[in-house]
Amino acid sequence: MNGHLLSIVLFTPLAGMLVLLLLPGSNKTLIRIWANVASLAGFLVSLPLVWRYDKTASGFQMVETADWIPSLGVKYMLGIDGISLLLVMLTTLVGFLAVLSSWSAVQERVKEYYAMFLLQQTGMIGVFLALDFFLFYVFWEVVLVPMYFIIGVWGGPRKLYAAIKFFLYTLAGSVLMLLGILTLYFQHFEQFGFYTFEISDLMKLSLPLGLQQWVFWAFFVAFAIKVPMFPFHTWLPDAHVEAPTAGSVVLASVLLKMGTYGFLRFSLPLLPDASVTPAIVQVLAGLSLVAIIYGALVSLMQKDWKKLVAYSSVSHLGFCTLGIFALNPNGLAGSVIQQVNHGISTGMLFLIVGVIYERRHTREIKEYGGLAHVMPVYATVFAFAMLSSAGLPLLNGFIGEFTILQGAFETSRVWAAFAVTGVILGAAYLLWLYQRTMLGEVTNPKNKGLPDLNWRELAVFLPLIAWAIWIGVYPKPYFEVLEKPVAEIVERVRPGYFGQQAAVQALPGEVR
Amino acid sequence: MNFLDAIWLIPLFPLAGAAAMLLVGRHLDRSAKAVISLLCPGTVLASLLLSAGAVAQLVGKAEKFHEVVLYTWVAGLPFRMADGAAAVFTADWGFLLDPLSSVMILVVTGISFIIHVYSVGYMGQEGGYYRFFGYLNLFVFFMLMLVLANNYLLLFVGWEGVGLCSYLLIGFYFHKKSASDAGNKAFIVNRIGDAGFILGMLLMFAVIGSVRFLDVNQALGSGRFAAETAGFGVLSLMALLLFVGATGKSAQFPLYVWLPDAMEGPTPVSALIHAATMVTAGVYMVARSHALFRLTPETSLIVAVVGAFTAILAASIALVQNDIKRVLAYSTVSQLGYMFMACGVGAYWVAIFHLYTHAFFKALLFLGSGSVIHAMGGEQDMRNMGGLKDKIPVTHWTMFAGSLAIAGIPGLAGFFSKDEILWQVYSSPWGATALYVVGLVTAAMTAFYMWRLMNLTFYGQPRMDGHTAAHIHESPRTMTVPLAVLAAGSVLAGWIGVPKLWSVFPEAFRAFEHWLEPAVPSIAAHAAEGAPHETGIEWMLMLLSVAVALGGIWLARHFYVHRPQLPDALARSAGGLYTTLSNKWYVDEIYGYLFVDGLAKGGGSALARFDNRVVDGGVNGAGWMTRLGSTLSIWWDTWIIDGSVRLLSFMVKVFSYPMRLLQTGLFQSYALAFVLGILALFAWLLVR
Repeated sequence: MNGHLLSIVLFTPLAGMLVLLLLPGSNKTLIRIWANVASLAGFLVSLPLVWRYDKTASGFQMVETADWIPSLGVKYMLGIDGISLLLVMLTTLVGFLAVLSSWSAVQERVKEYYAMFLLQQTGMIGVFLALDFFLFYVFWEVVLVPMYFIIGVWGGPRKLYAAIKFFLYTLAGSVLMLLGILTLYFQHFEQFGFYTFEISDLMKLSLPLGLQQWVFWAFFVAFAIKVPMFPFHTWLPDAHVEAPTAGSVVLASVLLKMGTYGFLRFSLPLLPDASVTPAIVQVLAGLSLVAIIYGALVSLMQKDWKKLVAYSSVSHLGFCTLGIFALNPNGLAGSVIQQVNHGISTGMLFLIVGVIYERRHTREIKEYGGLAHVMPVYATVFAFAMLSSAGLPLLNGFIGEFTILQGAFETSRVWAAFAVTGVILGAAYLLWLYQRTMLGEVTNPKNKGLPDLNWRELAVFLPLIAWAIWIGVYPKPYFEVLEKPVAEIVERVRPGYFGQQAAVQALPGEVR
Repeated sequence: MNFLDAIWLIPLFPLAGAAAMLLVGRHLDRSAKAVISLLCPGTVLASLLLSAGAVAQLVGKAEKFHEVVLYTWVAGLPFRMADGAAAVFTADWGFLLDPLSSVMILVVTGISFIIHVYSVGYMGQEGGYYRFFGYLNLFVFFMLMLVLANNYLLLFVGWEGVGLCSYLLIGFYFHKKSASDAGNKAFIVNRIGDAGFILGMLLMFAVIGSVRFLDVNQALGSGRFAAETAGFGVLSLMALLLFVGATGKSAQFPLYVWLPDAMEGPTPVSALIHAATMVTAGVYMVARSHALFRLTPETSLIVAVVGAFTAILAASIALVQNDIKRVLAYSTVSQLGYMFMACGVGAYWVAIFHLYTHAFFKALLFLGSGSVIHAMGGEQDMRNMGGLKDKIPVTHWTMFAGSLAIAGIPGLAGFFSKDEILWQVYSSPWGATALYVVGLVTAAMTAFYMWRLMNLTFYGQPRMDGHTAAHIHESPRTMTVPLAVLAAGSVLAGWIGVPKLWSVFPEAFRAFEHWLEPAVPSIAAHAAEGAPHETGIEWMLMLLSVAVALGGIWLARHFYVHRPQLPDALARSAGGLYTTLSNKWYVDEIYGYLFVDGLAKGGGSALARFDNRVVDGGVNGAGWMTRLGSTLSIWWDTWIIDGSVRLLSFMVKVFSYPMRLLQTGLFQSYALAFVLGILALFAWLLVR
């Protein structure tokens, strides 16, 4: 049993889904209860990972291997390191909270809705656990399908446009990734004489720089669309605006992290020489900086509450990718912490939009104002989410942003100087949103007498607020968990970083 | 009891109070308001007592600092410093008590406690009582974190936290748009400064490898950076970035614009946060970084010039404001400018001395103005006041003391600190006569605008309507007792910083300098040693500053009591200048046009359109092109590919048409043809 903990974590939601399919579709309450139980179970079985994970050990832990398609060299191989640990925990918790938040929001095709969510949970966990590139690719594509249906069936007025855009855009990227994977696969056969998709084997390849760069760009397209990086981001606002609340929450909190995770797990370790190529580093960092500033400015002027939050994601994810391509320990660790932070704070922001949408069925910012008078608890929760997202110290966002800035500053002071403007603009669009929705008098009669958060809704927020405070006040465990995996990546792309000072290779644009 | 090891508890009491208000405050507000009135000031009193105990023990300690580290807060990873050396990105949850922070915690807890008590009376009738005290307690927590932190990053926690509380309290009356606008402005303008502070800290990590005060000071004092001190080097940049942070928090040019608007908050908030404590955080931070600033005369000059410019700019605006709180707000900006002048010329203890005396008299003046507003039923425009002297005597006499103190009348608190600043600005090796002149002119303006305020409010003819006049009343005890305590402070607090010139007083009267000077040594102390002390000039300058103070007071009296028509006539004759001043040099309008409407909103709208049309247009365009291609393919497929096939079949059809006419498939026609044929055959045989 203990030897298969990762498989249990991976398949618990899927098992829950299979049982769900057997339940009578007419009994909605039973279906809701079961879906909540199954997703809570998914979270509970993942908890042992936290204390079974040995933060002092390098490499992957709790590894499980089995042959899957021996003729192609495909294996069922799972393993976990600090990066995937944090993202899996984020997935299981946010997945449960998303299901919990849907209790009254979804009234039609309830059974199919929850089935899609549970299937998606398994897909996302699989992405973060797979150590075989083929297996990874399978999970990567599996995730697309439920999200397509969640947007396309339970979405808003333009749901079909958004769902198809989401599906086709990401699929187009994945196809290029598949070509990249196959290139590595055949290269491995040429160099070692056997076929494998196992990551640790593929890392032994010695590839010429030119080929590495081609593969890098192929991966880049897939990951950059998923993150999404500027200018591949426009599917995101549409998908978010049309998706049901829980769909948006999972999309922002977890799905986007598949892209950044892809960079961390594949692009950097498998293509180390390409990853430090000056042109590539400059382009990636440049796009990240554009995303930070551009996303924030575009966010500022949105009239749709949900679209505003969606664009803020573009800005925050810009920080995450900037941290990755700072290519040093603090940049990378800050990036992972910020990915978790974004999951927490933006997840909350989407839940907040969802709460009000369920009451008023509009997301136009100008429809609101003065909600703090009628919904004080809601306004307080929103304040926490806003401050967490704006990076106020003692909440989570600050730790992530500052660590990324520290990493970026080490590589290039210019990057840090540009990125820090995101801190200013982040406060601007969030405070202005808060003012326009929560403060002032209640001018719209429809907003009078709106009920405040009920206990179930509050229960969705409280774990996220507690998590935000934990990371803000005591982030040490997170840094400890990330220390080894991050050091491995840095050592891989910049050998000698941790050795004597002369040996370390200066990055382009680095001011010394 | 060992108070020194318990300094980490000092901030926690107010935090507990704030947490209690967040969780159960709403219930208490309805059922047991008295609990709030006791609990929230009580937590601050507990902090005050702990602070006093700790400071007393520090005085008795040989080594004048005590550090308590609770745990590692940011336990970041290794990094490479700018010179390639390895370092670790880390910061502790640690506290440092030294003479500098000891002064600050006493000022913060002392003034906070007084203002909490005042607020019990002032806010007693207001809605959201629990919310107010919750925010106020939270503020005290963050402010104590700010001054007790043992490293810059933790200081930054307090720094941002007080900014948050400032935002919450400015926007306390959140149903008013002007209040929430002012809150947003304060937070965002401060964030601009914070961006500089963040970069400064990052540079500090990169160059020094640590942000712990003791490490930084030791590294800077060790001569390791001797090569960097020539010209505007990396240390100057670091100091400048930190100072950018200070200009935000301490409302200096060009980021001072948020503070006057911050007066939208309740008056106790203006007194505590926007006068006595939070806005002085920048001064504290610069003094805390004295080891850095003393190595960078270039940046220090910038600090002094910015301070001087802000001092005179704000004072000039204060001359013509009619809102009683706005006068005081600009006065605060101006006085903070004095403190930065002192920092800029390397007289750090003097800056802190003025911070300390200013806390008394400015808190007093704000609370007094609150009492006036309270009496006037919410009126803030001084043009509608006048003659209040005998109706609210306690308020009047306490504010009288405060106004004398800020004007710089000898013997009162403000005199000692302001005069010491002017002297240092004149005499320090980093000083300059031009700066001194600016300081002196500002002092004259200060005396004038303060006594303009006093005259318009308390003296001359009453100008309010009858209804208001009938309701004027002195404030309750909870408000007047704090006023009296602060008035006593405004009179007496300066006597621990008596000038050296007054040599009849023993050294005990200079305790403030003796306590702080070793901790934050000033530039002049080294330069002046052994140099002959020219007491003649010092006496002359002192007399000069007393003269301008008296002159300002006299002029205000002349203008607003003896010849009340004169100011209007003057305003008319100097129309352009008057309009410019009363419009605050149009700085808000310029910023609004350039940054808010131009850069942020304009840029945001333009980019949003760009995103929609170009970036997403590209995606949709790709989709459209695909559909166009698909449509064309269908057309091609239907008409050309399939068309040629169908054309072929059509041709066959055309050519086979004649045959089809025969091939009818009707048996009868075949039979008929058959019969006819046979008949024809027979006919032919017969005819032949």
